[in-house]
Amino acid sequence: MREIGRRIVPVIVVLSALLAVWYAAAFVVDAPQGALALTRPLVPQPHQVAAALIAGIFQPLGPRSLIYHAGVTASSATVGFALAFVLGIALAIGIVNVRILDRSLMPWIIASQTVPALAVAPMVVVVLGNIGLTGLIPKALIAAWLSFFPIVTSMVAGLRSPERIQLDLMRTYDAGSWDVFAQLRWPSSMGFLFPGMKVAATLAVVGAIVAELPTGAVAGLGARLLGASYYGQTLQLWAALAMASILAVIAVAAVDAGRSVLVRVRGGRL
Amino acid sequence: MVADGLSLTFGSGDERTAALDRIDLTIERGEFVSLIGPSGCGKTTLLRAIADLERPTSGTLLVNGMTPEAARRERAYGYVFQAPALYPWRNVERNVMLPLEIMGLPRAERLDRAQRNLQLVGLSDVARRFPWQLSGGMQQRVSIARALSFEPSLLLMDEPFGALDEITRDGLNLHLHELWRTTGMTTVFVTHSIPEAVYLSTRIVVMSPRPGRIVEVIDCDLGAERPLGIRDTPAFTAVGSRVRRALHGETPHA
Repeated sequence: MREIGRRIVPVIVVLSALLAVWYAAAFVVDAPQGALALTRPLVPQPHQVAAALIAGIFQPLGPRSLIYHAGVTASSATVGFALAFVLGIALAIGIVNVRILDRSLMPWIIASQTVPALAVAPMVVVVLGNIGLTGLIPKALIAAWLSFFPIVTSMVAGLRSPERIQLDLMRTYDAGSWDVFAQLRWPSSMGFLFPGMKVAATLAVVGAIVAELPTGAVAGLGARLLGASYYGQTLQLWAALAMASILAVIAVAAVDAGRSVLVRVRGGRL
Repeated sequence: MVADGLSLTFGSGDERTAALDRIDLTIERGEFVSLIGPSGCGKTTLLRAIADLERPTSGTLLVNGMTPEAARRERAYGYVFQAPALYPWRNVERNVMLPLEIMGLPRAERLDRAQRNLQLVGLSDVARRFPWQLSGGMQQRVSIARALSFEPSLLLMDEPFGALDEITRDGLNLHLHELWRTTGMTTVFVTHSIPEAVYLSTRIVVMSPRPGRIVEVIDCDLGAERPLGIRDTPAFTAVGSRVRRALHGETPHA
């Protein structure tokens, strides 16, 4: 009981401080305009956002439902993350095993992340649209593009993490490179992969939302955000933002769930 | 194991260091030979050369009448490192089975051998634990069981007890001696502890640094039965002081 209290109290303190600052800001910004109960406040108060969020969640499925929009975003984020996972791990294995790939690929991988996704996203969508790919795939590709980077870098670090002594040990068994990979490098990399996957999961959500902004999409949290800001519907905007962070939290929790399964298999440590 | 004029140099140009310089040494089947000397004398390098983890620059080295590489490919030796080097994601039993999996033994055989060798090092009751749940001494015993699991003809040990406290170390020395006596396995043991070398060995090879050379090879006939108390006997002390004199560069019988 005390243990739980020790964990929860700091969270509550920080949360109340944040809420206090938020209410104060809302008051300062909105008070000169007359009232605090505006339908389109510049800075909506937390309880207004919460109400809008709950209203959006409990709508029947349709264009007004936040669950509907979150589902659209989640599906492209999930496909994007899956692509990033496969691609990222394949690239990492290549980079660790082939020296030429290390030298030739790594600079491009880093460069790919310096290009602003928001600028490239419309190009990707238009180009893919011209060859007949529309809907989920372009959005998933943009999500994958953002989220493969942390997977590659963490996996490269993880696959290189075995110490000299562990590699020497495999040599004394005359182990082939497949055994060194499967019995040593791969299991060693798991402790590195999961933190990378957490970052990648949130980036996949961000990528999916960004991809919805320029595509003229009618569905998805990105489309909802864009529409709300276009029409000055601040409550709708903030509710969609809140929904996006809930989605990211769910994504991170899913990665954590995978991690704890592995931890259990490994007797309590990763 | 035969070394003839064995030399090994690291680096090149101005940074050349002669780790081993014209080593001649023959180790017979069933012997327990310790390599002792100050750090940098090449004792670990010699062990690693026998294990084909380092390549000699010149001279010949034969292990079981083969090149070290051929011996390694035949899994002729088990190697125990300074650190246990257990894989933390495998439990004790599966750590011992690791070399057996790589060799492709059937599962029943792997389990049987793991259990047998864990029993040999007295760790049957922790087979399902994970390495981090064991003390340093127990971890090193697991790594010995792992080295023995594929029944090599040669056991190479590189300061296996160097990181352990003296009480644990005494216990493990006793244990290792019993193990050697029952298996009769040829063992090459690197250490920098004189009592440890004298207690365990049938012969002690004293080495000196820069370049790594053999100073003296000392016979150690303390008999097969070696309780820990043997360390207080005059015979034990006599061998110990011979080793000490050789280490400090005094000519023998001076």
